[in-house]
Amino acid sequence: MDMMAVNGDTAIAYAWKQVNPDVVAAYPITPQTIIVEAFSDYVADGEVDTEYVCAESEHSAMTLCIGASAAGARCATATASAGLALMWEMLYVAASMRTPIVMAVANRALSGPINIHCDHSDSMGARDSGWVQIYGENVQEAYDQALMAFRIAEHPDVQLPVMTGLDGFIITHAIENLQALPNDVVKKFVGEFKPKYPLLDVKNPVTMGPFDNFDWYFEHKYQQVEAMKRVPQVTRKVFDDFEKISGRRYNVVEPYMTDDADYVVMAIGSTAGTLKAAVDELRAEGMKAGSVKLLMFRPFPENEIIEVLDGKKAVAVMDRAISFGSSGPVFPEVRSAMIDAKDMPKVVNYIYGLGGRDVPPEDIKGVFRQLASGESENINYMGVRI
Amino acid sequence: MAGDTAHDVPEGGLIIEAGKAREYETGSWRSKKPVLDKEKCIDCLTCWIYCPDDSIVIEEKKMEGFKYKYCKGCGICAKVCPKEAIEMVEEGK
Repeated sequence: MDMMAVNGDTAIAYAWKQVNPDVVAAYPITPQTIIVEAFSDYVADGEVDTEYVCAESEHSAMTLCIGASAAGARCATATASAGLALMWEMLYVAASMRTPIVMAVANRALSGPINIHCDHSDSMGARDSGWVQIYGENVQEAYDQALMAFRIAEHPDVQLPVMTGLDGFIITHAIENLQALPNDVVKKFVGEFKPKYPLLDVKNPVTMGPFDNFDWYFEHKYQQVEAMKRVPQVTRKVFDDFEKISGRRYNVVEPYMTDDADYVVMAIGSTAGTLKAAVDELRAEGMKAGSVKLLMFRPFPENEIIEVLDGKKAVAVMDRAISFGSSGPVFPEVRSAMIDAKDMPKVVNYIYGLGGRDVPPEDIKGVFRQLASGESENINYMGVRI
Repeated sequence: MAGDTAHDVPEGGLIIEAGKAREYETGSWRSKKPVLDKEKCIDCLTCWIYCPDDSIVIEEKKMEGFKYKYCKGCGICAKVCPKEAIEMVEEGK
């Protein structure tokens, strides 16, 4: 295996180079820019056969991907923040037309005030668009997920677009060691894209994206419900297959030191790594601390969460996004899931790291300490000056 | 179509057969229907040119009425008729 020192964006571009998608349509936006810059180099140097379209906007980029995917092309794109927001309308179309597009989202705050740094408000806002959502913790995971996303999206039982989140700057721009898989192994792993009804199959013409009235719209939405229900099983198989070629094991919910833990903190993305560091330090101090990384947010892995958190004394759900007038987006899902647990823990919410606010282990340890002392509010705001 | 559940149709609103629009009776959307006064009609077929739903019945180059199964009652035919030979009448009256 090749060891490389690269940032997360370059890792995504490298993964795409190995996958060699038929079409990439994108528009550059910080902190995703390096992905499309690096990939356009591969195109210019003839290292891929990809039809690379530099779109005039993200709305167009997504529209191009939908059209190309409908035609039967394997498609990838990437965006962040305002770019994802500009795609909004087409995100829903991609999901409902069942075009298995793969998109990397370099998670960045939404304006305003304008800010280019990491939080999850962009992709969390796209929660209901019908896309599968998975998030990486570091450069290696960003690369691995970029490959696995094609397999999940294009599986005949799924046929849904997949969004892979990587924390803006923290993962997109930080250089880490990457263990890239050999080209032939990647090629074999992702396989050929076999579209069900490609528009370019002119002998079997189909109509895609027609008007759908009250008599069928609901049934087509229900088909999306069922496709989402099939995602966990397909994902498990993809994770199994990926472990065989890489030695790296993934799960939709990844617990760390939770077996005997009293207090558990859970997070999405790079913060999950910081949690583990904090857990190690607190364990050395004698606290029964544990952490959970939520790798998959859509579909929401309710059962796996119950399994890990059942019987704990208290759980803090970290949210790097906020729904004004309510809580963070992950918190209510976890608490709702835990209603069905045998022994429901106290579940509280910590909003943190908005606009790229640093997340030092000391602050995380503070969350654990508040959790243990029972001082946590229902919804807490970590590190904000009040 | 075998049945009318979510499991009976292709996913994603896909239509895999040609000519399916014939099965869609858009005439049910209509609130006003066009009625022809054959006395005034000069068979210029302007209505046929403008009809967005191919709902003007033509026989031997003569205007013979409307396909009410598909006519949505948009009223364009009445608007463009140079002889005011088409009247839009409230449905149910």
